[in-house]
Amino acid sequence: MTRDVFQAIADPTRRAILSLIALQAMTPTALAERFDSSRQAVSKHIKILTECQLVKQEQSGREIYYYFNSKKLKEVDKWLEPFRAMWEDRFTQLDTVLKNQKNKRS
Amino acid sequence: MIANNQTKVSKDVANKKIVVVREFDAPLEQVWKAWTDKDILDQWWAPKPWKAKTKSMDFREGGTWLYSMVGPDGTESYCRADFKTIVEKVSYSGDDAFCDENGNITSDPPGMHWFCKFSSTGTGTKVEVEITFATEADMEKIIEMGFEEGFTAAHGNLDELLAK
Repeated sequence: MTRDVFQAIADPTRRAILSLIALQAMTPTALAERFDSSRQAVSKHIKILTECQLVKQEQSGREIYYYFNSKKLKEVDKWLEPFRAMWEDRFTQLDTVLKNQKNKRS
Repeated sequence: MIANNQTKVSKDVANKKIVVVREFDAPLEQVWKAWTDKDILDQWWAPKPWKAKTKSMDFREGGTWLYSMVGPDGTESYCRADFKTIVEKVSYSGDDAFCDENGNITSDPPGMHWFCKFSSTGTGTKVEVEITFATEADMEKIIEMGFEEGFTAAHGNLDELLAK
């Protein structure tokens, strides 16, 4: 199965991993320490993120470092943003409708 | 990390599905009504600057909602939703297609299947909308076109809205 960026970021742990390594490249050990889940679970998430190219790794001496590939995430934004914006617009109108009903009742 | 009431959109290629999740600060009963009552739907269903206008609404399994999206210049694009399953205040599903004013299907952009699920969150109501495409090709087609354009074709010239 082809891993895909949208599936990758659907998971909250993977989003958290991305926001960490976006700040600075991290080794697997350093990354695992930041999460309650097992090191195995974290590396599984990393594998998924690597497969869809959101994360790149580089060897530096004995250590592997994970980097965030922001270019890949921009593709996601571009694709989803107009769609999300359309729904958000719709839902903001619904918020107003619901709020007005509430005011009328009270 | 994610603020309340933010619209979350995710894509599930394996299941040819796009999922939209949003919370509303109102009780389930009220939110359910807003999604199923034509007079309320007309007030919010169309994204600006379009207005939704219901021609007929028969909210029951096997029933149809026939409505139009009225553009700022008065042009009307008709859509129909055919309801398949309804579980009162829990979920409903149906097929969405584009049609003429008499409800004859003209869908060129692929039709979509909708499944809307409602649940209480304690402070409000969560709504999950799953939009499923008939084939992966249909979904990929819309992706290739860019969703922007997909929805322009689908919901009648949304480009103005999306461009802002």
